Amino acid sequence: MRVAVKPSVVLETRWYEYLVRFVFGGLVTALAGFIAKKYGPVVGGLLLAFPAIFPASATLVEKHERQRKERQGLKGSRRGRLAAGVDAAGAALGGIGLAAFGGVVYWLAPRVTAWVTLALATLAWVAASALAWIIRKKV
Amino acid sequence: MSKDIVIRFLLGGAIVSIFAVLGDLFRPKSFAGLFGAAPSVALATLALTIAQEGSTYAAIEGRSMIAGAVALCAFSQLASWLMMRRELRALPATLLAIILWVAVAFGLWFIILR
Repeated sequence: MRVAVKPSVVLETRWYEYLVRFVFGGLVTALAGFIAKKYGPVVGGLLLAFPAIFPASATLVEKHERQRKERQGLKGSRRGRLAAGVDAAGAALGGIGLAAFGGVVYWLAPRVTAWVTLALATLAWVAASALAWIIRKKV
Repeated sequence: MSKDIVIRFLLGGAIVSIFAVLGDLFRPKSFAGLFGAAPSVALATLALTIAQEGSTYAAIEGRSMIAGAVALCAFSQLASWLMMRRELRALPATLLAIILWVAVAFGLWFIILR
């Protein structure tokens, strides 16, 4: 299956659903900073990979898929759950990319500037995640 | 301190939202799911960390983040399994799976990083 962009999906999301994700993301980021200050960078670093907005996002995926099916006159609860399950399986592959991000930060942060470190780490996340997804599709 | 927390909250909320919208845009769902593991909290945190605490501090956080990412892989696999095989709805499945994230992340911290 080819990767495609579907901009109309953005219109299905209500303003309060964006707000929930903003608040959860903000809270976890603030909490990660607070814990790093209190317990040090070793424990604080763990939280950089905390599934911050995952429950909210998975619930949205499930709800939107269910509503789409119900508009077609079908029962959408099973389809919604499956869509959220497939989304979560994709996140497991993205976790490989996140490990690559952490590895690049560990290796490059003491050597180059902050912006170069973060730019290359983000590229590593994109490359490792996409590669893991392609390999998973082919196997 | 409180100003720092507000900046982290706003920056984190904004970056997490951007990656969430990107995840909404893509199809198929398995590809969109990659954005569920986007380095959004890390990007918001590390930019400030390097500026305030220095690069060595950020490198230590990066190393711990690898353990957190392994925990995220386990979390996502369990959440997916609970939804697809055990027919749990998204919210209880992901909240249950967070217990596994905590166990794996802090287990690796205890065994390797401590």
